[in-house]
Amino acid sequence: MKAGIGQAGAVSALALLLAGGIALWSGTAAAQLKHEGVEATVMTFTGPQIAEPLQRRAPDFKELTGATINVVTVPFSDLYSKLLTDFATGTNSIDGMVFAPQWMGDYIEPGYLEDLTERVNADDAIQWDDVAPFFRDFSATYNGRIYTIPLDGDFQMVYYRSDLLDEAGLAPPKTWEDYIEIARTFHGQDLNGDDKADYGSCIAKKRNAQSYWMVISVAGGFLQSQGTGQGAFFNTEDMGPLFNNEAFGKALDIYAETTQYGPPDEINLDVGDTRGLFTSGRCALSVDWGDIGTLAIDPATSKVQDKVGAVILPGSSQVLDRETGQLVDCDAERCPHAVDGINHAPFAAFGGWSGAVNANSSDEVKAAVYDFFSYMSQPEQANEDVTIGITGFNPYRVSQFENLDLWLKAGMSEAAAKDYLGAIADSLNNPNMVLDLRIPQNQRYEQIVLDTAIHRMLAGEIDRDQAMADIETGWNEITEELGAEEQLEAYKATLGIRAD
Amino acid sequence: MAARDDQAALASLARAPAPVRSRLWDGLTRRLDQHAPTVFIMPAVLVVLAMSIFPLLVSLYLSLSRFRFVKGGFELKFIGLLNYRKLLLGSEQFHFLGTFGELSAAGWAVLGIAAFGLIALLVRYARGEGYTPAGLLWRAGASAGVFLLVLLIVLTNSGNGHPGSLVVTLFYVGIGVLAQYCIGLGLALLCAQNLPGRKFFRVVFFLPMMITPVGIAYTFRMLSDTTKGPFTPIWQYFGWTETSWLVDPWGARLAVMIGDAWQWIPFMFVVLLVAIESQPQDQREAALVDGASRWQVFRYVTWPAILPVTVTVVLIRMIEAFKIIDLPNVLTNGGPGIASESMTLHAYVAWRALDLGGSTAVAYLLLFVVVFVCLSMLALTRPAESEARP
Repeated sequence: MKAGIGQAGAVSALALLLAGGIALWSGTAAAQLKHEGVEATVMTFTGPQIAEPLQRRAPDFKELTGATINVVTVPFSDLYSKLLTDFATGTNSIDGMVFAPQWMGDYIEPGYLEDLTERVNADDAIQWDDVAPFFRDFSATYNGRIYTIPLDGDFQMVYYRSDLLDEAGLAPPKTWEDYIEIARTFHGQDLNGDDKADYGSCIAKKRNAQSYWMVISVAGGFLQSQGTGQGAFFNTEDMGPLFNNEAFGKALDIYAETTQYGPPDEINLDVGDTRGLFTSGRCALSVDWGDIGTLAIDPATSKVQDKVGAVILPGSSQVLDRETGQLVDCDAERCPHAVDGINHAPFAAFGGWSGAVNANSSDEVKAAVYDFFSYMSQPEQANEDVTIGITGFNPYRVSQFENLDLWLKAGMSEAAAKDYLGAIADSLNNPNMVLDLRIPQNQRYEQIVLDTAIHRMLAGEIDRDQAMADIETGWNEITEELGAEEQLEAYKATLGIRAD
Repeated sequence: MAARDDQAALASLARAPAPVRSRLWDGLTRRLDQHAPTVFIMPAVLVVLAMSIFPLLVSLYLSLSRFRFVKGGFELKFIGLLNYRKLLLGSEQFHFLGTFGELSAAGWAVLGIAAFGLIALLVRYARGEGYTPAGLLWRAGASAGVFLLVLLIVLTNSGNGHPGSLVVTLFYVGIGVLAQYCIGLGLALLCAQNLPGRKFFRVVFFLPMMITPVGIAYTFRMLSDTTKGPFTPIWQYFGWTETSWLVDPWGARLAVMIGDAWQWIPFMFVVLLVAIESQPQDQREAALVDGASRWQVFRYVTWPAILPVTVTVVLIRMIEAFKIIDLPNVLTNGGPGIASESMTLHAYVAWRALDLGGSTAVAYLLLFVVVFVCLSMLALTRPAESEARP
């Protein structure tokens, strides 16, 4: 008996081995996949947003090319320093990253990021021309070279309750004065039928969070009128800050006034909170990235389905004269991109999650990581991902806002889709988009100096003029610390002004 | 075991007949014996050096330098005391020390009382028994330090002044720990009585300590919002609606302090309860038999017995409270403005933007303040403690 089992076992083991061998042989014989056996690590932040689509599509990519992409995640606040430490210490355990292109100045200068220009030029599948010009020419580019592949389009818009405005016979805000007027009209009224007073405007104003981007969204239209290359943070002559003058003062006044028409604890609200308030119908207006658009169609959480309109960030009929620091009226020369005399400057806050490749990885790994990002960005994948709320990806390709079917399939009504995509198209096609600050240590300029001054002003610790003076002093100090000339070169490089 | 065997073997070898070799061997073993403690303790010393002294020195260097990324890595440039100057005198002064206001009459009065009190203490020490010139010098320095802190607190709280992270932290530590101690002591005295259900309350009072600070922060964020939470009807009754404590600077600081107290009173409570219960009962009973009032029993029997424990728990809590970051970070993010920002949060905010020099400078100043305050407190309580000991 014993022997019998032994024999049977041996025979079956042999059969298994044979079968396995044949399977293996036929596998290799079928076709040599492009990146067979390559393994690469891609880091991004703990999702579900951004990480979810990467993890979901990595197996498909493996089937297609043979490359294994391991997606590792860290909390958002650690991402910047985790990546830097990995590169700076020479560990190089991370081959690719999906990160904020705002940080790329800090990564490119020390030589950590691979120049992707040649690869993009040789890649037809990515349909580079379909990527909206702003993301192609500014967001993905540094000093004229391409370093990142856009996977997400980030810019802020104003959202309004279309049902309320229609009922009151009001038009969506074109200027920030309109915005205040609408907020004042609806503040204190019941906007969602629960017999409780609701709010005219909900803007995230929490400190040490993401609220400083909203201030820049308000200020953009006052500060920049000559197109993206003009920049809205410093003048390109001597790196003098543009945040201490009549124009920024006006923007601060408006920003502070919106607080009167907001929730009582607005200065402690982050974007998550204001999104929740807006989709539960408690706010008439809000400033946000593309997220409210897709969140508002989620039947599980939204009480404002088909009641949400979106519009390009309101603008101003007066803009900053950089010579005098005064506000001057728009004319054809000062505001070449103005619509009906109003200068809009949509703000690409944060810049949109983008993929970049570690320059110190091996050549085959670099090729595989690039192909993965290209695959993620190709319309076939990307155009589906941007319609799903949980991906955190917002539209950045022309085909994404021209193709209405995508959005109808995702559950938007035709009117809402047209409105949402119209606002996106208006913003993306606007040549006067404000590029976020991307010079080295931009976090100190924005997250520390700007954020602290604005919040102190909101809390009544200092007045508007003191806030502007503090921003100017603080920015100048950092600029001098890091070298005014180097910072100016970097600033120009991000704006596409070539350093020759 | 093995060591003892070796020693026995060595000893038997030492007793071996060859006299010259024995003397040599004796010398050698004596040498080895002399150095053995050093050798045995060396690994521990090296670990301590590597794990705590080395980082301390490196961070000291970091606080004197500027950090930036350059091609192929990073660069640390020595800049002397610039980071400290920025915090104490320069552009970050408002953030660390605060904004100074005009001194009011009340401010002058507080300063006068503080100066008078400190001088009186010094005079008392100089006239006392344990007087030494070095001791007086040390005390004079400490008094000057305390006076400067009082001056800072008064200046940043009068007129249009605003406290910076140092004063806010001192508030959390001074007022917060005092409140925690008083309430903890009160609860401990209650639970030490023979009351019905005291076992149940012991467990209940101990619960908050086991909750994560983030959970507590979110709870208090909700409680302090007058439009949400279980207290809404009460706020509404008083006509206090549509606002939040966290919008007001003192409201925010108070909310942080109450949250911190809620979490740490149990710690005070448990330690003090053990101290009260382990005091000698015969003294207490003797005092009661002699007709002492409850207050007298507490003042002259219980208090001296629990004083050493009191000093220890308060010291531990103070050091902990100096490092508070979780509550203000989640509850208010340091806001409104910088009103509720503690020093650790200040350092963290700077670190997050990779201003490593500025961040470590704040951390080092925190270290100085903690050491100064704790040493002063020990020096102040030592005489009382030795008096209390029988």
